[in-house]
Amino acid sequence: MPHIPLPEHLPGITGLLEYSRLTAEPIRQLTQFILRGENSLTPAERELIATIVSHNNECRFCTAAHTAAADALLGETETCEIMKRDIDAAPVSDKMRALLKIAKQVQVSGKAVTQEAVAFAKEQGATDVEIHDTVLIAGLFCLYNRYVDGMATVAPTDPQFYKGLGQRLVDYGYNRLPNGYDHLKRQNQPT
Amino acid sequence: MAHIALPDESLPGIVGLFNFRPETAGPLQLLAETLLRGESPLTSGERELIASYVSHLNDTHFCHSSHGSAAMAHFGYDLNLIDDIKNGFEVIEVSPKLRALLHIAGKVQKSGKAVTDEDIAAARAEGAGDKDIHDTILIAAAFSMFNRYVDGLGTWAPQENEAYREMGQRMAFTGYVRYSVQADAEEV
Repeated sequence: MPHIPLPEHLPGITGLLEYSRLTAEPIRQLTQFILRGENSLTPAERELIATIVSHNNECRFCTAAHTAAADALLGETETCEIMKRDIDAAPVSDKMRALLKIAKQVQVSGKAVTQEAVAFAKEQGATDVEIHDTVLIAGLFCLYNRYVDGMATVAPTDPQFYKGLGQRLVDYGYNRLPNGYDHLKRQNQPT
Repeated sequence: MAHIALPDESLPGIVGLFNFRPETAGPLQLLAETLLRGESPLTSGERELIASYVSHLNDTHFCHSSHGSAAMAHFGYDLNLIDDIKNGFEVIEVSPKLRALLHIAGKVQKSGKAVTDEDIAAARAEGAGDKDIHDTILIAAAFSMFNRYVDGLGTWAPQENEAYREMGQRMAFTGYVRYSVQADAEEV
């Protein structure tokens, strides 16, 4: 049960962002730009960074949601599955593997990022902006994961829920839906 | 030297990163403004203390010192009381409620999952409401991001408290959104 009363039809992060819309606004803006804005990393690649950090923070809700978003963007589920087990085995570019390893270091601590990891990413062709954005995405998911779990929000167990959420993130991104989330109330009624 | 080539290496901490990527600086500054100076049952001084404390736990000197300086500016305390944040608040007056919230913030710094029902109940017993708890957890989570951003990109930070005096005054009383990049360059 969440530590404070939150809208029951909005599990995970969504209920928190609706509870505190003033603080949600800059978080949504940042996420929309860094995960969906113009970038030499594809939205799928950026979702992989979000997924590996959430996975390492053991945040069930965020891991499932961003795995679903990455799966939907990639059109397959294999990449996320393999990446979570072993970044080196993931069917992504050498550059992405190097960036995912930096993200994994950021998850531990900013100070855990090594010169070697950064130099290696640059050797694989990563630009300064790509390294910057990787570190910021990884930092942002350390925020999200702590927000979601620190408030003890509900993480649904039904895989279909995350498939739907992942598709919503692909279709609409991270801005607040123009008409809010009241339409989701009906779907959660017992049938 | 930072891990990436910043256009102005003289700018410390997050300021150099804001200058490198203005597209993300905007929402990051707005987030700091909303969290630390927007509406909350917690005073800005109390919120800056939480921010500085979490940054200390993350060993991020720039954020610890700059937000510590902002807290001292809000409280009207001597700048060097920043060091008291590292010493577990022996001198700075911390209410039982704020102490319970700082304990929660310390848990969030480790992991969201480390926050227990007992931690929350203890804060409520000292008078913390839903919004106090929410704001504390979100500030601690946000500094888990800011600290990683600043350290993960290898930015530099001035060592002495004195270097953060004016920065803290500006953060406290001018705020984060109209934060002038150039002003910091001149100061440090």
